[in-house]
Amino acid sequence: MMEPVALEKLSPGEQGTVATLSGLPAPARQRLQEMGVIRGTRLRFVRRAPLGDPIEIHVKGYRLMLRCTEARGIFVFREKAV
Amino acid sequence: MSHLKTSTRRVNTVALLGNPNSGKTTLFNSLTGLHHKVGNYPGVTVERREGRCTLPDGQEITVLDLPGTYSLHPCAPDEQITTDALLGRIGSSPPDVVVCVVDATSLERNLYVVTQVIDCHLPVVMVLTMCDLAQEREMLIDTRLLSEALGIPVLRTAAYKGEGIEHVRRALATVPQSNGNGHRWPVPQPLQHAHDRLAEMLRTDCRMTLQAASYEATSLLIAPDAVAGRIDPFDDRMRKYLRTTHERLAFLGIDPPTVFIETRYAWIRDLCATALRMQGRSDRSLTDRIDRIVTHRVWGFLLFLGVMAVVFQTIFSWATYPMELIGTGFDALGRLILDTMPPGDLRSLIVDGALAGVAGVVTFLPQIAFLFVFLGLLEDSGYMARAAFIMDKLMSKVGLHGKSFIPLLGSFACAVPGIMATRTIENPKDRLATILVAPLMSCSARLPVYSLLIAACIPPTVLLGVVSYQGLTLLVLYVTGMVMALSMAWLFKKTLLSSVPPLFIMELPPYRIPSMKTVLYLVWERVLAFLKTAGTIILGVSILLWFLATYPKNDQAAPSQRLQQSYAGQMGRAIEPLIRPLGFDWKIGIGLISSLLQREAFVSAMATIYNIADNDNRPQTATLNRAMQNDVDARTGQSTFSLATTLALLAYYMLALQCLSTVAVVHRETNGWKWPAFQFLYMTVLAYGVSFAVHRGVLLLGGS
Repeated sequence: MMEPVALEKLSPGEQGTVATLSGLPAPARQRLQEMGVIRGTRLRFVRRAPLGDPIEIHVKGYRLMLRCTEARGIFVFREKAV
Repeated sequence: MSHLKTSTRRVNTVALLGNPNSGKTTLFNSLTGLHHKVGNYPGVTVERREGRCTLPDGQEITVLDLPGTYSLHPCAPDEQITTDALLGRIGSSPPDVVVCVVDATSLERNLYVVTQVIDCHLPVVMVLTMCDLAQEREMLIDTRLLSEALGIPVLRTAAYKGEGIEHVRRALATVPQSNGNGHRWPVPQPLQHAHDRLAEMLRTDCRMTLQAASYEATSLLIAPDAVAGRIDPFDDRMRKYLRTTHERLAFLGIDPPTVFIETRYAWIRDLCATALRMQGRSDRSLTDRIDRIVTHRVWGFLLFLGVMAVVFQTIFSWATYPMELIGTGFDALGRLILDTMPPGDLRSLIVDGALAGVAGVVTFLPQIAFLFVFLGLLEDSGYMARAAFIMDKLMSKVGLHGKSFIPLLGSFACAVPGIMATRTIENPKDRLATILVAPLMSCSARLPVYSLLIAACIPPTVLLGVVSYQGLTLLVLYVTGMVMALSMAWLFKKTLLSSVPPLFIMELPPYRIPSMKTVLYLVWERVLAFLKTAGTIILGVSILLWFLATYPKNDQAAPSQRLQQSYAGQMGRAIEPLIRPLGFDWKIGIGLISSLLQREAFVSAMATIYNIADNDNRPQTATLNRAMQNDVDARTGQSTFSLATTLALLAYYMLALQCLSTVAVVHRETNGWKWPAFQFLYMTVLAYGVSFAVHRGVLLLGGS
């Protein structure tokens, strides 16, 4: 199996499956988990804000924006973009 | 519990609960119409919305709109309000029925909090909103299956179109049972024993209700430190049990919050697998296509600037037409009273005190209404989240939120609507920081003062044939005010309001055509709230200021003499030693006192002092300017409005909180006197300091 990479490293359009949120402090981890970003969740990196931060992801049928600090703590298994 | 009743009970209060953007507010408006009031929860700045709704059987019930939340176990203490209200820990007892509002297009995430509410042993009715949208996306939801699996009634609505509201009303009239109707989620194996044991202890030792005990048992397993304060008595037995439990779980490599969340979502996923059938593709929709432009690095910013320009233009200049109309109306009314009533104290009180005060309150309404029409449209259409998305990087540099931009921009017109607009900022500390610095933006009320003072000390010479020195000074004032606002925001976020960096994890809701009804409700609510709380304070203060400027009476003296001998005049003289270091004399002192309510009052105070007023009591600027320039301070032999003094005075007006309307609004928005008092103090100190520095600086550089 591939090594998971930080969500921040994905490029727009790429998809991935959440491997772990271990790089996040507890409050951010819990909040994201409660919003459905848990192990095994598939997500799509939609775009970066024009100034590079924050980023937009597509998860569980909705769009979520988070700052790069958070995106660095989320690790995903990269999937080949379709 | 043994006494599961099957008979229906009388329902008195209903609470609406759901994720942000789930259509909760739309449903609330549909149920209650205009019969609702907005207040604050005690001690916090979170808004409390309550309304009345008539059920089909004629019974009237109270509907509570709880703040949107993704979970009943929030990690930030500020988000605890929803849970506290739900469990009856603040305000009244728990609601008789909880209406869980669920966005049908995002079923899985929305169900998360629903199952948590069911776990609290509360009677639940689930209302699916945006069913029309879900249908468009070919998402088929089997409500009967959902209802059976969860054990609660499930209703379909499209609240935007007003569909299904009658069903909700009918369902509320026939809700069963007091101890929760739903099928509770099975607490995961490794935690179940500990959970049940803790819940039992809380019920017997702490005499908690069934609802609170099962909730707190989970809380104790998720974040024991945060909960400890709420549990009384938190005795050694419980402490010990909790410690060994957590040690055992840690030894097994189990992280309770993760287990709770993951297993709950797994349960929900299984449920959705049968109850939800997706036929169409839900993403890459219209929203994605719009977002490609709205968040584009060129078009996105251009659009943002365009939107901001329209908002600014509206409140800065278009709102002035109705404002002038209101002003003219009140002038006419005042003259009518002057003509019909015999002169005397009562007439003066009515015209110069009460009527002027009411006019002062009402003139704010066009700006507030216009700003909230825009805010409503931006929020409801989904654009606001995008504005935050593209502006966040810039605003986060000074520790503010992407959403702080609009309140600050609005404050260029007037800090009152600007501060009211901070309600869109969810994080309380970001919101407070924005409120604290908003009045530093140069508002339109400062403009008359700026023009008067600039004309008094800056020559109308033109630099390089394009920019006049006067215009340049005005620009410097606006820019400095803005820089000060951003620096103070940065400072506050570093010190006073420092915290763990707030989470910026926000949903980007799909675009939709804003509902005019929702927008108008918002405007109505805001205008009413302003009139009720801030309005009364402003009215009271203007009557007080009228009193200070009128008494003790001396009818023989000329107006300027009268003002000087009044309490306000005496106060102006009394503060002279205090403002001497800034180069201000007692006349400016009177100006400062009179403009406590509104900054523009400085101009009319000067006009009264220099005996310049036309028949309508309106100052004539040109004559006033001449009089001010010619005035010589008897004590120093220098001009009263020397360059040093005037620039210092400009700095003072740029930074001081000379506006009791703002104080009143901050009082309302922060739900107390602590923050407005602090804001008044820090801005006065800042203004005094900068003003002093400017005065000294100009003198040092050889100015006069």
